[in-house]
Amino acid sequence: MTDGTTPGILKIIFVLGLALFVLAVQANEAVPMAADEAVEKRLVSISEEMRCLVCQNESLSGSHAELAQDLRREIRSLIKQGKTDAEIMDFMVSRYGDFVRYRPPLKATTYLLWFGPFLLLAGAIAGLIVYLRRRGRLVAASTESSKLTLSAEEQRRAEALLEQNEMQESENQR
Amino acid sequence: MKRFLIPMGLFVVLVGFLAVGLRLDPREVPSPLVGKQAPNFELPQLAQPDQKFSPLDMKGKVWLLNVWASWCVSCRQEHPVLVALSKTGAVPIYGLDYKDPRADALKWLAQLGDPYVLSVADADGRVGIDYGVYGVPETYLIDKAGVIRYKHIGPVTRDAVDEKILPLVKELEK
Repeated sequence: MTDGTTPGILKIIFVLGLALFVLAVQANEAVPMAADEAVEKRLVSISEEMRCLVCQNESLSGSHAELAQDLRREIRSLIKQGKTDAEIMDFMVSRYGDFVRYRPPLKATTYLLWFGPFLLLAGAIAGLIVYLRRRGRLVAASTESSKLTLSAEEQRRAEALLEQNEMQESENQR
Repeated sequence: MKRFLIPMGLFVVLVGFLAVGLRLDPREVPSPLVGKQAPNFELPQLAQPDQKFSPLDMKGKVWLLNVWASWCVSCRQEHPVLVALSKTGAVPIYGLDYKDPRADALKWLAQLGDPYVLSVADADGRVGIDYGVYGVPETYLIDKAGVIRYKHIGPVTRDAVDEKILPLVKELEK
């Protein structure tokens, strides 16, 4: 090692230390307000799956409605009682119905909801296939018939027209 | 003319769906509690906080549980209907005073009349959550066995009393 490298390493250590210090300060600022971080995390993950009944297009986790606050408090206490996510969902569904769930369960009354879009898609694809086939047949038939029925007279007229067109074009260019 | 039939038919179907959709009220969430045992509670009475009331006291009777609050504007709208209903004596009405300061609630009843046999105070809204209350006023019709038979969401109207509540009361009292 030469003498020049030692201050270099010191400098790097100093810079790293400074960077760590900055990180530590930021981490301090990001500490959640609530006392129990694990409980809050579960509360958010559960309540994001639920609809707020007052503001129906908001999730329970994001709503500021008073009922949403009460329900979050209720869920928090259920989490602290050691209830599983499924038990908490049952608690909510037994009171407010499937409406609170953002993911509706698969059952007889929701079959149309779950499978309806696929039915529509299948119907649309079937319709498209039928349409394309029919059009393909029509196009093929019309080109074939026109080829066959172009008589000598028609051929002559078509050529005359094309020639006329070309002459006009060359005139225009001049 | 024939080629317009399919778009015309689709249009009629679409209008049909939209017409039905317009009539549905997204705020009316069907309660999973209808047909189930009314959740039990024991709450202090509004007028005499040292005395308690529980739905178990009502076994063998058909009764209405009306969720109200003095801060609730729609409750003011339904109040005359309830007062009129209580005067006929057709069905006893019990009140669940939801998240309401006691003094405000008592003043409200003194001003507008008290249609309730008694009201109980649900100060923190916990019983409201058990009953799936998400918007005051809500009214539950409970039968002799303590089963919820009907839930009315929003202000009770004269039509709802005449067409739904009273016929059902008559049937349940047989």
